Amino acid sequence: MSQTRKQLLTDPLVDNNPITLQVLGICSALAVTSSLNVAFVMSLAVIAVCGFSSLFISFLRHYIPNSIRIIVQMVIIASLVILVDQIIKAYAYEISKTLSVFVGLIITNCIVMGRAEAFAMKNKPFESFVDGVGNGLGYSLLLMSVGVIRELFGSGSLFGVMIFDPVSNGGWYVPNGLLLLPPSAFFIIGFIIWGVRTWKKSQVEAREYKIQTLKEH
Amino acid sequence: MSLRNYFHSLEPHFEKGGKYEKYYPLFEMVETIFFTSNTVTKVAPHARSFVDMKRVMTYVVISTIPCILWALYNTGLQTNSALATVGVEAQSGWRISLLQFTGLGISPESLVSNIFHGLLYFLPIYLTTLIAGGICEVTFATIRGHEVNEGFLVSSMLFALTLPASTPLWQVALGIAFGVVVGKEVFGGTGKNFLNPALTGRAFLYFAYPAYMSGDSIWTPVDGYSGATSLGIAAAEGYESLSNYGITWTDAFLGTIQGSLGETSTLACAIGLVFLLLTRIANYRMVVGCLLGMIIFSSFLNWVGSDTNPMFSMPWYWHLVIGSYAFGLVFMVTEPVSGSHTNLGRYIYGALIGFMVIMIRVLNPAFPEGMMLAILFGNIFAPLIDHFVVMANIKRRTKFNVQTQ
Repeated sequence: MSQTRKQLLTDPLVDNNPITLQVLGICSALAVTSSLNVAFVMSLAVIAVCGFSSLFISFLRHYIPNSIRIIVQMVIIASLVILVDQIIKAYAYEISKTLSVFVGLIITNCIVMGRAEAFAMKNKPFESFVDGVGNGLGYSLLLMSVGVIRELFGSGSLFGVMIFDPVSNGGWYVPNGLLLLPPSAFFIIGFIIWGVRTWKKSQVEAREYKIQTLKEH
Repeated sequence: MSLRNYFHSLEPHFEKGGKYEKYYPLFEMVETIFFTSNTVTKVAPHARSFVDMKRVMTYVVISTIPCILWALYNTGLQTNSALATVGVEAQSGWRISLLQFTGLGISPESLVSNIFHGLLYFLPIYLTTLIAGGICEVTFATIRGHEVNEGFLVSSMLFALTLPASTPLWQVALGIAFGVVVGKEVFGGTGKNFLNPALTGRAFLYFAYPAYMSGDSIWTPVDGYSGATSLGIAAAEGYESLSNYGITWTDAFLGTIQGSLGETSTLACAIGLVFLLLTRIANYRMVVGCLLGMIIFSSFLNWVGSDTNPMFSMPWYWHLVIGSYAFGLVFMVTEPVSGSHTNLGRYIYGALIGFMVIMIRVLNPAFPEGMMLAILFGNIFAPLIDHFVVMANIKRRTKFNVQTQ
């Protein structure tokens, strides 16, 4: 085991974050981050699905025929997603309406599939579980960061609690409407990736090409 | 000590190994305001031309002068007229106090009062643009070690001219900062941006603060006065009813109508265009393409007709003079960096924008004006258009080769 369990849990937070480094799972990060409540529930759902799917796939890894492994993985992930979806519908119906199709789309979230394929198929159950939860947490960390920026500056509140009093309410803050539109998450994720790569130089990708300048003779 | 010698004495400190090596871009920026650069091309190709980046950018700034002058006059005119309607007594503010203090008064008939009042709106917006955008620009130049580029002067001027006079100054600062950073600097600075930085900033404000960038009450900065833009009226009631509001085609052409600061006068834009075409800064192909696209598609819609949407029947010569079509055509479509780079591509690029403007204005009920979005759309497609033009050329040449072998 090259990585300790602690590293399995903490590495995906910054050093190997599924969104900022691997640029996976962007679609749902755009769609569900305009309010923190929704982002929080979505985060929990992804952590649960990612952790448990890794656990179960790891249990079954010796029995899964290689040629149909993706299908088996999908069945496990899909069952978990349905379970999570039903729980959200039962206990947080309002939020489940906002999340709508995006809980179902966790099935196709590249992070979950990626961990199953890259880690759980080759490692022991407990390590796989920790790895799955770690990646879920990495996803959640970014989702919540984007959510904080979008909700705070887009509607002046956090978790629905008023922080900046908006003008429409007699306050001083003019909400930035762009942040409530999905494209703004692109900009924010871009800025976060920019920041992380300035901080952690090792994440900077090699240049694909270099602009040639003529040498003086 | 002459100024030249003074700069020479300072230069070693800013060069490699000097004390302020990091701040070379700042030094270079100030020095080139006074003197031309003494770097000469030492390797082939030795194309000799007096038109360098600085000259190009200066020409574009010069070409906006008619628009700026008109912006001053018309903003003052609109504000003073509105004040005359609403009544000056109910209004307050430092501008009105200053006008009354200097004895210029508030009268739509007085040319000086109009221009001075307009200046009091234009100047704060422009200065904010320069300061906020300049800080971003210089920060990036210092960190990345590239030169502070004159392109910024053009972007800031165009950005200021596209704003309504009532824009709050903090929004101006936010918009230009977004335009400079996201529209230009993240892609590597001037010459590498695929979007027009001024329009990127404008679009940011448009989507972030729609209440301040569209609607009926923002175009003239007078409390309690509301008036739709010509496009708003035309979209709601048809262009024929513009005359009920006292707007004739000549008014719209000259620009005595409401709108963003610099966009109202088609005549002022046309003067700028002539200058840009004569100096060959603007490529005529883009202008021709954009005009043709607009004329053909709007004529087609005239022919199709619609009972429910009055915009269908608006003829092309009205599309030309109202809204920001003329301003965008002259200063944004012709921008060489974000447009197409092949000659055939330039026609297609222009036509695409002309087509999209009419598409958004007429067929999309959400946005009354489409020029900004159409140009950004064109910017995104420009590299693709170039790619296909180049590929078509390669294909043609390959066929030619096969035949000769």
